[in-house]
Amino acid sequence: MKSLEKLLEEHNLTLEEYGKIKEILGREPNLVELGLFSVMWSEHCSYKSSRVHLAKLPTRGKYLIQGPGENAGVVEAGEKAVVFKVESHNHPSFVEPYQGAATGVGGILRDVFTMGARPVALLDSLHFGPLTQPKNRAIMEGVVSGIAGYGNPVGVPTVGGEVDFEEEFSHNPLVNVMCVGIADKDRIFYARAGKPGLSLIYAGAPTGRDGIHGATMASAEFGEETEHKKVNVQVGDPFREKLLMEATLEVMEKDLIVGIQDMGAAGLTSSSSEMASKSGVGVELYLDNVPLREEGMTPYEILLSESQERMLMVAKEGKEKEIKKIFEKWGIDAVVVGKTTEDKRFRAIWKGEVVADVPVDALAEDAPKYRRPFVPPRIDQRTDEEWGRERDWEEVLLKILSSPEMASRRWVYQQYDHMVQTNTVLLPGAGPAVLKIKGKKQAIALTIDANPSWGRANPKAAAILTVAEAFRNLATVGAEPLGITNCLNFGNPEKPEIMGQFVETVEGMRQALEFFAVPVTGGNVSFYNETQGRAIPPTLVIGAVGLVEDYRTIPRPERVEEGYGIYLLGWEGKDLGSSVYLRVVLGERGGKVPEIDLEKERALHRELIRLAKEGKISYAIDLSPGGLLPNLAEALFHIGKGAELSVKTDGEAYFLFGESPSRAIVFASGELETEIPSRKIGIVKGERLRVYINGKKKIDLELDELKSRWEGVFPKIFDH
Amino acid sequence: MGNRKIRFGVVVFPGTNCDRDTYHVIEEVAGEEAVYLWHKERDLKGSQVVVLPGGFSYGDYLRSGAIARFSPIMEAIKEFAERGGLVLGICNGFQILLEAGLLPGAMLRNKGLRFICRFEELEVVNDATPFTLLYSKGERIRMPIAHIDGNYFASPEDLSALERNAQVVFRYVENPNGSLNDIAGIINAKGNVLGLMPHPERASEAELGSTDGLRMFLSAAKFVRES
Repeated sequence: MKSLEKLLEEHNLTLEEYGKIKEILGREPNLVELGLFSVMWSEHCSYKSSRVHLAKLPTRGKYLIQGPGENAGVVEAGEKAVVFKVESHNHPSFVEPYQGAATGVGGILRDVFTMGARPVALLDSLHFGPLTQPKNRAIMEGVVSGIAGYGNPVGVPTVGGEVDFEEEFSHNPLVNVMCVGIADKDRIFYARAGKPGLSLIYAGAPTGRDGIHGATMASAEFGEETEHKKVNVQVGDPFREKLLMEATLEVMEKDLIVGIQDMGAAGLTSSSSEMASKSGVGVELYLDNVPLREEGMTPYEILLSESQERMLMVAKEGKEKEIKKIFEKWGIDAVVVGKTTEDKRFRAIWKGEVVADVPVDALAEDAPKYRRPFVPPRIDQRTDEEWGRERDWEEVLLKILSSPEMASRRWVYQQYDHMVQTNTVLLPGAGPAVLKIKGKKQAIALTIDANPSWGRANPKAAAILTVAEAFRNLATVGAEPLGITNCLNFGNPEKPEIMGQFVETVEGMRQALEFFAVPVTGGNVSFYNETQGRAIPPTLVIGAVGLVEDYRTIPRPERVEEGYGIYLLGWEGKDLGSSVYLRVVLGERGGKVPEIDLEKERALHRELIRLAKEGKISYAIDLSPGGLLPNLAEALFHIGKGAELSVKTDGEAYFLFGESPSRAIVFASGELETEIPSRKIGIVKGERLRVYINGKKKIDLELDELKSRWEGVFPKIFDH
Repeated sequence: MGNRKIRFGVVVFPGTNCDRDTYHVIEEVAGEEAVYLWHKERDLKGSQVVVLPGGFSYGDYLRSGAIARFSPIMEAIKEFAERGGLVLGICNGFQILLEAGLLPGAMLRNKGLRFICRFEELEVVNDATPFTLLYSKGERIRMPIAHIDGNYFASPEDLSALERNAQVVFRYVENPNGSLNDIAGIINAKGNVLGLMPHPERASEAELGSTDGLRMFLSAAKFVRES
């Protein structure tokens, strides 16, 4: 017999939590039950450290259909509903990059089609250590091929995303995947169990030993023994996922089920107990009926397996046969593995014996909540006159455009099928993803944004800046935000400094969302991104969905012609702290993050949306990290033409590379009248990029040469 | 010449993922009629043109297209092709036609070993096929590719036969995948079965970046209508 202490350690439960379990059961739990509590009370499943803080986020809005608490959030987009969510697969992607990322895609796809939506888009926010280290290159290569290897066969386009590099991600890369689906407003499915006496139907892949305690792994720090955790990472089968998706959507179309949930973290246990708990019923599971992939599996393993591509449905009365027939047509196993009961217990039966019997609410709704102690994080307020010193701007621009930070992401996104489903109106790189809704003139605009470099310097300000940046990005195609999903990536919440970062980040997000009156519809928290005591910088990933009224008229690079004016809209500042310029050119990290005035920010978004809708602008880009010049160069690459800029400024470095928010660059054919500050800074012209500052020529480079440097960075690193 | 709609059969294998896109373009953009053909069926439902769309039939787990060729529907398609019916294989559909022996050659992994999704420029080499009546020889057109196994290979005898008989229909202007002779699409000797790696259905609506692919569907419809 193992000692209690050892058992609890293996199950990642504290002595206090064990005491609570005994109190709930009125006896000692058996090993199976201990396993159930271990996963359901893990940070990953229970959000025990974060729930009290997340409750402060705004979850109401005029477009909201379903907020947090379901498999995914739902907002109204014109005549259709948009179902979306972002989720992390950080820990598995470090242990096994290809499978970790692939199964991350699979999991989030299931969250979306489980709601009755056909997935139409994937986006990812990826954060790795510097590519100078071979291990980081291998992780990035594995993650990118994993996303491609799963998303491409399933036939859901990967239309956008971001890749970012920071030292701390060497041991804790972040892989956050967002999926977006379209559904009919009156046909959304929820994780409900209905009433007692209904059949639970298991559909999908047989259960194996993979991923047992995956949720527990995602709820602990990595030590030196990470290699041993490989067995915990699941293996994905996109072909089966595709069939499971088609069959599930067909079952929904024919209205045969009451509720449904995918078997994600904590598999059969979480899907059945959460559905039952939400509907005030119990469940009885017949483990002998569960299709198994391996021999000799124990009840403990069957209940906790995280094998991929599995769904649990509650059938409408008498519809079991019809459901099975549809799954059969698609070559998928579907069997009755249990039923809903009146007694609100979670009971598992195996070989005629009850192997677990606990109150269902104790696993789900009543999991512990903690108010963990926290201390306010240290805010980096540093600025330095030296940052603004004049340099050879040609050299600086070349250096920034050929750094992994700003280089073209083409090497990444061309490995993803980003055009399948024929909705992709705006190709990756040119702005937010814009996807038309078939049969309508409306489109959805999507973006995913994070900035760990700001997060490290000031978590709260970073959260506000990140939300603002996401909405600014949507505004460049004339899209109003409908809702956001988010993923909060942090270190160990048991440390008060980390908890302080978390609390501040949530507060920043709350302030910004309340200001813009946009709700959070769900999301995910990933703690314990920490290895040997070293945590990642606080990383808030925002996935935003906006509505475009008419996709045929959006500003886009193809519309820009020779001689068009280039205008800078918004408010200029002197923000070089925590910038790409500082990291890439001066080799310095940290510094005061940009200041933001939300009133001005909103005025910019409104102006961009007005100009886009009235057809006054041909193309617009927001000024995001990297600053004006690198972002303008990228816009010119998409346009395929050069430019001549002529500006007056008393701070060249700030003007060219500063990261002040509340700014955008727009291209327009005639004179532009705006309701917010704007100035003409140049015209589209020829095949070179020429920049005159205060009358002096500072940059004169061939655009094609710049572009090939910018595009060549990743191919050179990975395809040499 | 009547105005009746031409019926296109769109074949669905488990793992096909461009079936809905192809159906959409035929019905909504080309204005013709589309019907789905399930892989277990043998009935082509009166299709006048059969399209094998892109995707990953059977997960491409053995070789791209290798398992699909044993489906019941493929027997019906072979008979249809022998009778002179028009068959169009796009991407994975092209791979299936190769595996089924309806077209000569084989697909190897891309030269760079990676999946590539992007627009490519193609040259129309043969404008006298039922699928290319609306193009002109030497014309350059734009269509997206999206594949990892698109590196066309054929024996020297097959290759020279293809060239000699003008069976090469499309060539890449800049070869993205290592295909022999820059081949992007070929037709059988009889001239009724076309396979190509680029996706015409993804280049059929102006807002998606090109309408060069639409003419392929229109051309096939015109051919059937006038024959």
